[in-house]
Amino acid sequence: MTAQTEAAHAPDLLYSETEEDLRSAVRSLLADRADAPTVIAGIESDTPYDLRLWESLAAGIGAAGLLVPEKLGGQGASHREAAVVLEELGRSVAPAPYLTSAVVATEILLALDTQDGPVGELLGDLAAGRKVAVLALPFATPAADAAAAMTGTLDRTVTGVAEAVAADVLLVPTAEGLYAVDRAGDGVTVESLVPLDLTRPLATVTLAGAAGTKLAEAGPAALAVGRGLLSGAGLLASEQLGIAEWCLTETVRHTRERHQFNRPVGSFQSLKHRMAQLWLEVVSARAAARNAADALAAGSPDAPLAVAVAQAYCSKVAVHAAEECVQLHGGIGMTWEHPAHLYLKRAKADSIAYGTAGRHREAVAELVELAAP
Amino acid sequence: MTTIDAAEIRRRTQELLAAHPPATTDRTDFLKARFDAGLAWVHYPVGLGGLDASRSLQPVVDAELAAAGAPDNDPRRIGIGLGMAAPTILGYGTDEQKQRFLRPLWVGEEVWCQLFSEPGAGSDLAALGTRAVRDGEDWVVDGQKVWTSSAHVARWAILIARTDPDVPKHRGISYFICDMTDPGVEVRPLRQITGEAEFNEVFLTGVRIPDSRRLGPVGEGWKVAQTTLMNERVSIGGARIPREGGMIGTVARTWRERPELRTHDLHQRLLTLWVEAEVARLTGERLRQQLVAGQPGPEGSGMKLAFARLNQEISGLEVELLGDEGLLYSDWTMRRPELVDFTGRDAGYRYLRSKGNSIEGGTSEVLLNIVAERVLGLPVEPRNDKDVAWKDLSR
Repeated sequence: MTAQTEAAHAPDLLYSETEEDLRSAVRSLLADRADAPTVIAGIESDTPYDLRLWESLAAGIGAAGLLVPEKLGGQGASHREAAVVLEELGRSVAPAPYLTSAVVATEILLALDTQDGPVGELLGDLAAGRKVAVLALPFATPAADAAAAMTGTLDRTVTGVAEAVAADVLLVPTAEGLYAVDRAGDGVTVESLVPLDLTRPLATVTLAGAAGTKLAEAGPAALAVGRGLLSGAGLLASEQLGIAEWCLTETVRHTRERHQFNRPVGSFQSLKHRMAQLWLEVVSARAAARNAADALAAGSPDAPLAVAVAQAYCSKVAVHAAEECVQLHGGIGMTWEHPAHLYLKRAKADSIAYGTAGRHREAVAELVELAAP
Repeated sequence: MTTIDAAEIRRRTQELLAAHPPATTDRTDFLKARFDAGLAWVHYPVGLGGLDASRSLQPVVDAELAAAGAPDNDPRRIGIGLGMAAPTILGYGTDEQKQRFLRPLWVGEEVWCQLFSEPGAGSDLAALGTRAVRDGEDWVVDGQKVWTSSAHVARWAILIARTDPDVPKHRGISYFICDMTDPGVEVRPLRQITGEAEFNEVFLTGVRIPDSRRLGPVGEGWKVAQTTLMNERVSIGGARIPREGGMIGTVARTWRERPELRTHDLHQRLLTLWVEAEVARLTGERLRQQLVAGQPGPEGSGMKLAFARLNQEISGLEVELLGDEGLLYSDWTMRRPELVDFTGRDAGYRYLRSKGNSIEGGTSEVLLNIVAERVLGLPVEPRNDKDVAWKDLSR
């Protein structure tokens, strides 16, 4: 590969009018039903997921079916639109199994034979918001590990599965292929873990004598899981962008209002420069995240690089923005009642999800031939 | 704006090429014909090198002409004229000034420089002390300017000088066009960190500038200078940059070609910078797309900051990567380049020269203030110089 050539696919890095309309709809839904006090109250209750909110987002707005073609019951949109939904979800840190079910699980199924049988049926259910499916792998798994994940049998324990508590169906990779396992079926146990990120539950999934429907043989399944994890990583960048944007906006708002030494603290140069630096990172993260979403939408051969670049960059930006948000809010930033901690926890957890920045830099090294010593 | 579209622009460009075949036409003659056809800068008015068309159509002209092998006007050599003098003359000049200056400026027959910064007024540019005193039809200018690129090759300069010391600093400045060949203008090389003298000091002693070469009203030079400075910082967004198009390309090539230089620490740093350079490229591309779509964003004010930091970090990494060779420097002989050429020199030069990227054209500290105040809307710092007459300021 000659890296110094223009990318084969010229990316469209802007937002379309349709995307902005979708953004408005999602934002106003989340503002109504998932403001910070509601989210904090929710994570302390027994039901982390507001099922009515999910129904409105998934079915009402039709967000769950964005990646699914119309003939399979979806909206026939693309990763570009799904990325906008994730920006807004990142901005509100509302618990919703969007990334895991409507992106990763959906992408895996789309990569399989959707013509007849259980795959098409399950896709239709996911697209309509009737069911939630999650991939039964640890949340930290990068796309590069997809082939290695095709191992073992349906008798197994998997730790750190994101959103498993909300799932109706588990997609389980084994040496024999990929299975759909009914979460409520016999021999299936889902045990909640205490997660760092309170807004995205993790669980240990134990399968003991569970039955499943085989969706694909190991070979094609590995490719499909790889595609699902790649899309997950690529669109996670948009969630990270949303987190960073919220953190910057709230920090600017707070430092304009908070007075110390007879001045708004936001008028001190040392703080202004930190926020200006964050702004630079946020606009750069936007370009990187849009590029990943656009490359995935176009099915560009550049997509793996675009995703690796976006993850290597946006993870860091979200964590930096959330850390600055806590610090520049002063004491209030350390409290439970202020939502800053929710964003810090989500940002830090996201920096591990679907591969750390370091793993994605390794992917970059391979893709552009900058070999290690 | 006229209704000229891409097809019409293409037709006019082909017409120019047919009437003046690049292969057989003298370079300067071709450029003059291009200016007269309105294809120099299409968004400028008719008769002044433009067609009053959308700015987004310029790349169409440039691509057609490049494909036909037509000569260009060496925009790097005449960058200050194109980027700073021209938009200011267009915005504030009289008809006579526009007719006199724009065509030779664009064709490249006349190079421009910029006499703004002074030893005592850099980031605080409005504190400048070069005086211009009215004497009949002329102004008599005395003072010293510094960091003047191209002064040794320039025919003209844009100049700001103090015309009223009794009012606060921003209000007593006027804006002039200075003839660099006039008596009293003395250009001295200012040798810099790299060993060469790309910049100059310019001493102005009793220089007489006719009032007809003033740009904008007396005392409103600061406002005029804002136009110039805004244009200086908005120069990004024209051409698409390919992946690995900047300094990162040089160091990546060295990495690929010379495995014996690789270490794990350098590998991690190279990958981080590669990713950041790629993201900066994409951010520039997004800004370009916003401009073309007619939705300019504030990202431009941040791009210079990003590139300054990246250039410094990448060139620093490159020196380390080269190890023993990084200890050497190509040549300390004092030279007087017409152009800043990053890629044609060695890593040590790039490392030293890029230190200027965070100072020239607005320091990174000042640009961060601008982003914080104008983009984020953070409160301005308290200022104690706003209502004080310039002559009473401490300096």
